[in-house]
Amino acid sequence: MSMSTHTPSSAADDNYLHHGRGLKSWLTTLDHKRIGVLYLISVLTSFFLGGLFAMLVRTELLTSGRTIMDANSYNQSFTLHGAIMIFLFIIPSIPAAFGNFVLPVMLGAKDVAFPRLNLASWYLYVVGAVFALVSILAGGVDTGWTFYTPYSTSTGGAVVWLTMGAFILGFSSIFTGLNFIVTIHKLRPAWMGWFKMPLFLWSLYATAIIQVLATPVLGITLVLLVLERTFGVGIFDPALGGDPVLYQHFFWFYSHPAVYIMILPAMGIISELVSVFSRKHIFGYRFIAYSSIAIAIFGFLVWGHHMFTSGQSGLANMIFSALTFSVSIPSAIKVFNWLTTMYKGSLRLDTPMLYVLSFLFLFTIGGLTGLFLGTLATDIHLHDTYFVVAHFHYVMMGGTLIAFLGGLHYWWPKMFGRMYSEKWGRTAAVMIFVGFNITFFTQFVMGSKGMPRRYYNYPPEFTIYHQISTYGSYLLAAGFVLIAVYLIASLFKGRPAPANPWGAGTMEWQCASPPPYYNFHAAPAEHDPYDFSHLRYDESIDGYLPAPGAQGS
Amino acid sequence: MARHSTHLAHHFDNATQQFESSKLGMWLFLATEILLFGGLFVAYTVYRANHPEIFVYAHHFLDKTLGGINTLVLICSSLTMALAVRAAQLGQRQRTVTLLAVTLLCAFAFLGIKYVEYKAKWEHGLLWGRHYQPALHDASAGAHQVPVLPAAPPQAAGDGSEASLIAPAAPAPVGLAPQATAPAPPAGKHEPPADLAAPKNVHIFFGIYFAMTGLHGIHVLAGMIAITWILRRARRGEFGPEYYTPVDLVGLYWHLVDLIWIYLFPLLYLIK
Amino acid sequence: MNALNTLLGSGPGAFLAQGGGSFWLPQRGTAIAGEVDSIFNFILWVSLFFFVLIVGVMAVFIVRYRQRRAGEVAASSVSHNTALELTWTLVPVALVIVIFTVGFRAYLKLTVPPVDAYEVLVTGQKWNWQFTYPNGYRDGQLHVPVDKAIRLVMSSEDVIHSFFIPDFRVKQDVVPGRYSKIWFKAEAPGEHVILCAEFCGTGHSDMISKVIVHPAGEFETWLEAAGGFLDKLPPAEAGERLTQSLGCNACHSVDGSRMVGPSYKGLFGSPRRLKSGDTVTADEDYIRRSMLDPAGQVVEGFDPVMPTFQGRVKEKEIAVIIAYIKSLSDREAPQP
Repeated sequence: MSMSTHTPSSAADDNYLHHGRGLKSWLTTLDHKRIGVLYLISVLTSFFLGGLFAMLVRTELLTSGRTIMDANSYNQSFTLHGAIMIFLFIIPSIPAAFGNFVLPVMLGAKDVAFPRLNLASWYLYVVGAVFALVSILAGGVDTGWTFYTPYSTSTGGAVVWLTMGAFILGFSSIFTGLNFIVTIHKLRPAWMGWFKMPLFLWSLYATAIIQVLATPVLGITLVLLVLERTFGVGIFDPALGGDPVLYQHFFWFYSHPAVYIMILPAMGIISELVSVFSRKHIFGYRFIAYSSIAIAIFGFLVWGHHMFTSGQSGLANMIFSALTFSVSIPSAIKVFNWLTTMYKGSLRLDTPMLYVLSFLFLFTIGGLTGLFLGTLATDIHLHDTYFVVAHFHYVMMGGTLIAFLGGLHYWWPKMFGRMYSEKWGRTAAVMIFVGFNITFFTQFVMGSKGMPRRYYNYPPEFTIYHQISTYGSYLLAAGFVLIAVYLIASLFKGRPAPANPWGAGTMEWQCASPPPYYNFHAAPAEHDPYDFSHLRYDESIDGYLPAPGAQGS
Repeated sequence: MARHSTHLAHHFDNATQQFESSKLGMWLFLATEILLFGGLFVAYTVYRANHPEIFVYAHHFLDKTLGGINTLVLICSSLTMALAVRAAQLGQRQRTVTLLAVTLLCAFAFLGIKYVEYKAKWEHGLLWGRHYQPALHDASAGAHQVPVLPAAPPQAAGDGSEASLIAPAAPAPVGLAPQATAPAPPAGKHEPPADLAAPKNVHIFFGIYFAMTGLHGIHVLAGMIAITWILRRARRGEFGPEYYTPVDLVGLYWHLVDLIWIYLFPLLYLIK
Repeated sequence: MNALNTLLGSGPGAFLAQGGGSFWLPQRGTAIAGEVDSIFNFILWVSLFFFVLIVGVMAVFIVRYRQRRAGEVAASSVSHNTALELTWTLVPVALVIVIFTVGFRAYLKLTVPPVDAYEVLVTGQKWNWQFTYPNGYRDGQLHVPVDKAIRLVMSSEDVIHSFFIPDFRVKQDVVPGRYSKIWFKAEAPGEHVILCAEFCGTGHSDMISKVIVHPAGEFETWLEAAGGFLDKLPPAEAGERLTQSLGCNACHSVDGSRMVGPSYKGLFGSPRRLKSGDTVTADEDYIRRSMLDPAGQVVEGFDPVMPTFQGRVKEKEIAVIIAYIKSLSDREAPQP
């Protein structure tokens, strides 16, 4: 029997937000939904901190010489921007905030397999974040987020604090992934075979495999770096017979799969959203599912494409280049399948869908520019220039962050029981799209013209590009601030949300908005999450209800 | 509604599902441990492939006997651990407790022997990086050698008749480590054969040795804490046929710790 | 304000082709740069095609299939088509195979030097480049003859740097403890910037040098004239040349301004307060020690970042540098 209600849940309802009051109940919670919210707050805070460093970097680059800070402060700013954004925001964001909230509910389960481990994951995140903050205060770090030796083993600053923070965050990530794999394997209802799962779960599963297998390698790499720095072990120091390029192999063996940890969950969100907002079954379900696994596997084989100029052999370069192209194909397959989902659909251009459209535009550019970088002859020129910076911002920000924002606007009513202002939602989406392109497209041109990255000063002919890029970033930042304002406002003034405002078919929309703390009284019955025929739009609630006589749980 | 026994968590439908989930979770965790150590094994492989002479020379300083004893100790502890799991399954409280205690003692012995080995290394200057001091263990060692760049850059590619026109670079310090010199020294207990000359950068071996055995030792310690925890729970009679999961999982972890040592021992101690 | 002036001041033409070259790429200094650019443009057209296709289709769909009434359902429910899947899998596969092959072939040309290349040794250090020519002469800039294959053999004195000549489309990391190689053949006389492309600390973006391509026949003349300066010039002038070619002036000014290191102006004969608390006088020995063991006597208020020149300078070179530094001070040497 369906547990969706016809009236929006009110504050008096025993939903998960009110079940148990006070800070202590939140800090000791085992409820995956609350842990998801804790993560959401944490990663968004980190995003704003990382964004602050970005604003410092871009503002400094308005002029070629000193603008607002000296070279060392600038180097620390871009290092912390990168490290915070990667380790504290992008990697955990979608799995830990939305995955935690949604994954068990999409399975009709009561929680993840290991709720205490889940809470431990969050505490590890907080401790890692504290280490990163301490590193800012204890002298800063100026190595770049990649910590290349021997610079990182010989420079001053709080390198150990930051790398150990990243180490701890790595375990947070590993435990989240471990939890998700076991949950998906063991807590699926009997009728839900692998190919009846929502695609978001496929993407979280593929991500979790990478989290579990790749992150430990980062762990040992950072440990070796710290040992080198503190005890002078010498594995990466040429004066002691060590090999600095070995560090790069270790580092990128994790950090390349890491970018697939970042993008796969984002692709999962897009699969859900494009289907719901086209009111049409996702196209090519199996191909999308298989391509997620393919990306996870191939992603482990291409780390050397970060090292084409490092001195590794021509043969190694050739193999890595060839394999790099292989990983582009599954992503292309997904983009074509998403587009075809829209074909002859009924497209609702609500805020989440605007983010889907932005994603398709921006991720396409990001992915295509990867072709330039995977090609050996052109990468030699483009490596370590702004072309690379633009490429990864297009895929990580134009891809993952945009999908994250889409997911945020999609699940916000479910998580908090409130609708936000659609007008402001659309406005911010457009601001972000425009601001993003101004900021980062300019950087492609700068990079191919020869502007290296991590440069405090620059040759004067690049001034105009830097200024355009910086002004674009101010527009981008304004968009984010706007989102914060209207989302927070919605918590107090937003219209109460119906159980299913968007007419989605995955299980989380069958319980109230916000859900009760136990999720479901009884496990929902078998259904196809992409079949919308059993849902009917109801104008009085501006949401969707099970059609009378339709099969549904 | 599922009937709730004391051990069944509310989000599981039945004990079997819970048990299988726990096992899968532990196997995944072991996979992460394998990858963690994997990085060190890769470092070992890279350096041994590029500098076999360092490994051949330096491994003589390790005490094969103590290493061998430690291997036996760990294998025994794996046996007692496996038997403890079985005993817990059968609800044999006293036997479980005894077997876990023996396992713990074996672990103590292992760490004790490692302490003896580490202490000897420390005293004989057989350490990593800058701390390696041949003075303390090598009677024939002279001044610590300064690593230098190859005297001349390689010849231009081609038929070899085009000799490089660049004069050989003068030896210069490269990298960042200060150079150390040391006076001649007394001999240590285990040492390479007299006719085997010390190659450059012997400390690389010890950096890898301490990183690998050190990380392993930390895992042994963690295992001991876990075994102590389930030992206390076993004494309280918490395990039986319907619930022995923690013993099983700690057993799995312990077997991995043993297995890793079984790879470490020949790779570090038994180099031909 | 400054930004607006720059924006308005440069017309579209100048803006689009900043610093020569095209919209996307800098000017070309070698024939191979042209090949790299062709590949770049090929990938650009492929990308443009797919971008227009995807975004165009998306735009068409938004317009045609936009929901007109609330609650409207989709016109179709087709959810798979294997033929379509195979098509849009295999076509990209074919394309990337082409792109990879073309890129790899050009990469081989880009990285494998011809047999008779002229060799120059390159040293990277924080934060300057040094070039050692076959006759032993050292300079801070790379002089080369036109139309001749040049092979650079490079190493670093400290951390990883990367040697990048945008106009030649070449780049290679410069690593301590090993040699890396790069080659090019300049097509025409001119100058091209050299940049460091691997983050190496405070002065990373200042680690700039130049390739100076000499017209036919002039390179040898230049090298001979430049190489003999140690004997031909008066000591102080020779010392001045050396401080430029060894890269001293990247960190030490001559006009009194403070850079990474202390200024040479007024240095000789002055009392120096060291980090250790001692005060010494900057005499000949002091300068010599500063070059050979800089970490042993760091002046208070400065960081111990100066690399040592032990083994990299001959006694005669030290002597002329001392002479030069002396010439920048009006103090006499202290009496023994």
